[in-house]
Amino acid sequence: MNINTTKIISLLFFIFSALYLYTAYNIQVFSFDENSPFNAKTFPIYLGYAGMFFSGLKIILPEVNTIKVDHKSLEYKKTAILVLIAIIYGFTILKVGYFLTTSLFLASSYYALGERRWLWIFLLSFPFVALFMYLLHGVLEIYLRDPFLKLIGVMG
Amino acid sequence: MIEGILIGLKTALTFQNIFMVMIGCFFGTIIGMLPGLGPMTAIALMIPITYGFDPATGLILMAGVYYGAVFGGSTSSILLNAPGVPGTVATSFDGYPMAQQGKAGKALAIAAWSSFAGGTLATIYLLFLAPSLSKVSLSFRSPDYFALMILGLTAIAAFSSKGQFIKAMMMVVLGLMLASVGQDSLSDITRFTFNNMNLTDGISFVLVVMATFAMSEALTIILKRNDPSAVAKQVSLTELGSIKINKEERTQMLKAIPRNSVIGFLIGVLPGAGATIASFLAYGMERNFVSDEEKAKFGKGSVHGLTAPETANNAACSGAFVPLLTLGIPGSGTTAVMLGALLGFGIQPGPRLYITNPEIFWSVIMSMYIGMVILLILNLPLIPYIARILAVPKNYLIPLILFFSITGIYVMSFNNFDIYLMIGIAVIATFMRLYDFPMPPLILAFVLGGLMEENLRRSLLISDGSWDFLWSRPLTASIIAVTISIVSWQVYKTLKNRKV
Repeated sequence: MNINTTKIISLLFFIFSALYLYTAYNIQVFSFDENSPFNAKTFPIYLGYAGMFFSGLKIILPEVNTIKVDHKSLEYKKTAILVLIAIIYGFTILKVGYFLTTSLFLASSYYALGERRWLWIFLLSFPFVALFMYLLHGVLEIYLRDPFLKLIGVMG
Repeated sequence: MIEGILIGLKTALTFQNIFMVMIGCFFGTIIGMLPGLGPMTAIALMIPITYGFDPATGLILMAGVYYGAVFGGSTSSILLNAPGVPGTVATSFDGYPMAQQGKAGKALAIAAWSSFAGGTLATIYLLFLAPSLSKVSLSFRSPDYFALMILGLTAIAAFSSKGQFIKAMMMVVLGLMLASVGQDSLSDITRFTFNNMNLTDGISFVLVVMATFAMSEALTIILKRNDPSAVAKQVSLTELGSIKINKEERTQMLKAIPRNSVIGFLIGVLPGAGATIASFLAYGMERNFVSDEEKAKFGKGSVHGLTAPETANNAACSGAFVPLLTLGIPGSGTTAVMLGALLGFGIQPGPRLYITNPEIFWSVIMSMYIGMVILLILNLPLIPYIARILAVPKNYLIPLILFFSITGIYVMSFNNFDIYLMIGIAVIATFMRLYDFPMPPLILAFVLGGLMEENLRRSLLISDGSWDFLWSRPLTASIIAVTISIVSWQVYKTLKNRKV
């Protein structure tokens, strides 16, 4: 039996399904519902077993076409930086507001991916977000919370 | 029915809705042309915007995006030999050789007319089939629905898994598990929330779609160092050639279109199948229909070879709406996204939609046809220019996709937790994509999870906990039999591959 990444993922899924099943069994249902043919934990219990069954099959059965990924050719650094920028964006968006954080998110993402033409970076971040915000907030009347714009008096 | 068609036309032909179809077709074409980004991403990015409109307009916009994306996929197949969506891979077999012979304009015109004709004929089939099927499906009971959902999930796993059926079934289970998070619909008991208030209402459908498609596809492009815009830079405005189709080519098209529209439509109706299978099947069958002389031209720029998959993939798109509109059960990942959006509007598609919301039912069908016309009028002359837009470097494209994804979630919940959850799911999905774990089965399962549990609950309560409801009615038993044959076929294929 070959141990490859697909099998490791399947093993992780098996463990996840087992934990899911354990949690499903521990769902508190109403006492009058305990012996009912179907209650809040019935379906999750079936799902837990199904997850263990399929991932177990994947672990046990030999692989026909093993998928090999050349990790050296993958761009982990830029991907990780982008994910980090997105997390920071998510962390600041409520506190600072949509306009400033989104513009900075876009500008820093362009830069992280290798863009160095500052004029384009600026045009496709601050004015672009302002336009998009106008479309959402002004035209489609979708509310956008923005403490920063409120602070400087642009938004009511 | 005439009254319904008129209602549909009245709704679909308002200025706002025609404008939405145009925007949808245009936007869909751009996204569909980008290799790696398909109709599901295009529709997912549109969902938050559609919530600003009434349900009919929102659905019309999404239908326009869907058709636009399929058409865009054909364009990149022909011009660049880089299919934007799997459903247009077969288009490249003869479309690209034609383009290499300096007949790119002609190939695009053949593809556009074939798509138009295929879509038009399929819309007519849908027009007649959907109301009658709606009436028939009113006799469906909970066990039938439950069996039908099992069939849909098994079928999508079988067809979208590229020979990795077990992996696809794992994704189905994962989708159902994600759908089980939050309050139980009947008892209000919270499940798998771990006392986190943000999970009480469950995980948002838009969040899962954005994470597993838009965001994860964007991250995959960066991770794999792909550049969707690089190929688009090769397109020259001056080398497309004439878009005129001569009499002989027209005759060939007229022979191929009717039969392939039927094949495409029927495949589209089947749960789990769709444009990809329809286009390959049509290509293969068309090869058997033509003369030996024409057969030899296949793969070298045959008009039949280009017309067949293009007709079939568009017909399949219309066919996929049949189970969605009549049974409320999507047959493909894309229609699953549309079902999720409809549920977001508070509309439950199914046999009753035809009675309770006829304006939505009919306006969607009518707007499909209008979408075809707009694609033909708008996109054909504009294709070279749209292809130029695609030369936008990935340095800009990827952040913009991430921006639309995060904004989409932010405007729906104003909650940081949802953004983190989306990033987390997207990272896991990106990693799983590397190892060929398919995402459409996860989405379909996530959308169907609640309905499936609901129907299983009713079935088990009626049968007092016995599973014999699965074979006590002939209809349920037949659906289960089809499901078993799909699974058996997959097992047989796996064992056969192992022996080889």
